[in-house]
Amino acid sequence: MSALTAQSSPRGPKPKRLTPARVGLYGFVAMSCLFFLAPLYVMIITSLKPMEEVRLGYIFKWPDSPTIQPWIDAWSSACTGLACEGIHSGFYNSIKITIPSVMVSIFAGALFGYCLSFWKMKGSNFLFGLLLLGAFLPYQLFIYPLVRIYAWAGAYGTMFNIITVHTIFGLPVMTLLFRNYFSSVPIELFKAARVDGAGFWRIFLSVMLPLATPVVIVAVILQVTGIWNDFLFGTVFAGQNNWPMTVLLNNIVNTTQGERHYNIDMAATILTAAVPLTVYFVSGRWFVRGIAAGAVKG
Amino acid sequence: MSALNSHATGNPADASVAVRDLLIAYGSLVVLDKLSLDIPKGEFLVLLGPSGCGKSTLLNSIAGLLDITDGEIWISGKNVTWEEPKDRGIGMVFQSYALYPRMSVYDNMAFGLKIAGLPKSEIEERVGRAAKMLKLEPLLKRKPSELSGGQRQRVAIGRALVRNVDVFLFDEPLSNLDAQLRSELRVEIKKLHQDIGNTMIYVTHDQIEAMTLADRIAVMKGGIIQQLDDPHTIYNRPKNLFVAGFIGSPAMTFLNGKITALNGAPAVDVGGGVVVPLGRYQFEAGSSAPAAGTDVVLGVRPEHIITGSPADGTEDGRRFWTKGQVKMLEPTGADTILWTEVGGQNLTVRVDSDHEVALYAHFDFAFDLDRASLFDKASGDRL
Repeated sequence: MSALTAQSSPRGPKPKRLTPARVGLYGFVAMSCLFFLAPLYVMIITSLKPMEEVRLGYIFKWPDSPTIQPWIDAWSSACTGLACEGIHSGFYNSIKITIPSVMVSIFAGALFGYCLSFWKMKGSNFLFGLLLLGAFLPYQLFIYPLVRIYAWAGAYGTMFNIITVHTIFGLPVMTLLFRNYFSSVPIELFKAARVDGAGFWRIFLSVMLPLATPVVIVAVILQVTGIWNDFLFGTVFAGQNNWPMTVLLNNIVNTTQGERHYNIDMAATILTAAVPLTVYFVSGRWFVRGIAAGAVKG
Repeated sequence: MSALNSHATGNPADASVAVRDLLIAYGSLVVLDKLSLDIPKGEFLVLLGPSGCGKSTLLNSIAGLLDITDGEIWISGKNVTWEEPKDRGIGMVFQSYALYPRMSVYDNMAFGLKIAGLPKSEIEERVGRAAKMLKLEPLLKRKPSELSGGQRQRVAIGRALVRNVDVFLFDEPLSNLDAQLRSELRVEIKKLHQDIGNTMIYVTHDQIEAMTLADRIAVMKGGIIQQLDDPHTIYNRPKNLFVAGFIGSPAMTFLNGKITALNGAPAVDVGGGVVVPLGRYQFEAGSSAPAAGTDVVLGVRPEHIITGSPADGTEDGRRFWTKGQVKMLEPTGADTILWTEVGGQNLTVRVDSDHEVALYAHFDFAFDLDRASLFDKASGDRL
């Protein structure tokens, strides 16, 4: 039959055939998946083993007597320095830091992008360039001056401090994101709203922000993962009572005294990474769509 | 130059829309040069010109969407130069429709009224009336993305309609539509103007739209109104070479020539031994036949050329007969365009499509001398 098809003149859909190149390609993809998933596998099974099994050193071996005790310890009783309360307080702190920081930085970025696209004043392009420059300077440069400024203002080491710092450092990228999106919006839409009598805020809130939903989703993903994974600002600015999860995780893992509880380390690490991972899995589809919506004129 | 660009006829407070000495310049680039214009109540004025001629700039300054460098804008007897767009008593329709994508058709039309703080019953009544007028009633709950191009533009017109304003501004509203929808909506806009009788200012680069819709057309180029007249005058007595060449499709034929004398009357020698008498030509008021030897351009519209054979000898006074060879044929369905040469210069002739003409055949044709145009070659102005 296939010989017959091959001999007859081409007609209809081109027959799909498995070529050696295809086989090689799929093989490569499968191996890449294994390569990148292996560490996750090791982390998960290690976190389910008691210490006696971990010490044996068979890192790929399935646990003989699986236990979730390391997870419970990581959450509520692992030692983070002097206190031994696990990382659960860090989890709540991270939430308290992330939610307001994400909301404020996205709102400010959208507002700035809206101004720079539709209410251009003299030097607005220069201002935007300056803002972009901020995105390319290393963070470490700003830490000492910022510490001094906040200390002088009496706000150092507070929730307010860490939230405003995240907002400031998120602003360049957020503004860039929204400005680029809004510049693809036809200017006539803005003109029409002005003829209809809408002012600065009404155009922003009723017309432009609803239009920017795909960008808002991208911004939420970028900011949630960025702020949740932040370690440097958290250590420096949050203050000991507000230390986020990443700082507490570091204190668990990097302990220099006593026995190393690798199983607890692994459980704590997975717990900390769970939030950004979930965000990616839930919104990955939206993420791609949002990026595409920015690229293709919408 | 500024005197040329002044088309003011009276007190700005008496006109529906009046523009006085409007200057728009970006640094040294002058987009509109001291333009003055009066538009009486209920007039349909079309601003026509190639892109970059300043027609959209003029419309946007009337709407208040553009900062002006100098001058005044008057709408309905009020100086609105410093007013916000919403306070000028205008409604505007844009080329890209500019509908709010996240709002339903109803909300798109009601948006401005809600901002103005009108009671809900009043909003419903006005939107309902506009929807009925534009046949949008079954679509009120839809989003703009679920509408066709023609429906979207009708919603945009409806949005201007509900504002109960005196002046409507259209910024190339049909340019994004396909040819068939364009002619359909063109008729609807004309009918709308007949029904509600508002002042309408309409920007386009499409001469068919301009000719069919306008009470008066302002042909613009380089920020200057070249001619402001009713469509018939613009078509038949263009003021200069630009207007003559811009209006009409296929374009007017321009024949370069020199003024000579023929039997004591002025005539144009277009070369090749063809001398067109100007005995019946109506010169512009204030200008007479130029001196012999002056370089001129004779403009003839393709449809103002008669084919056939001279009925009574060579000339009946109104017509000037000559001969040509068909170089090319362009059938367009309704009629056929013949390309020929006279005095070594290209000439197009529009004939009925039933008129049987063979390629390379020789044929007789005549200029209609009453409807020809004569321009000074140096200045481009009509003589």
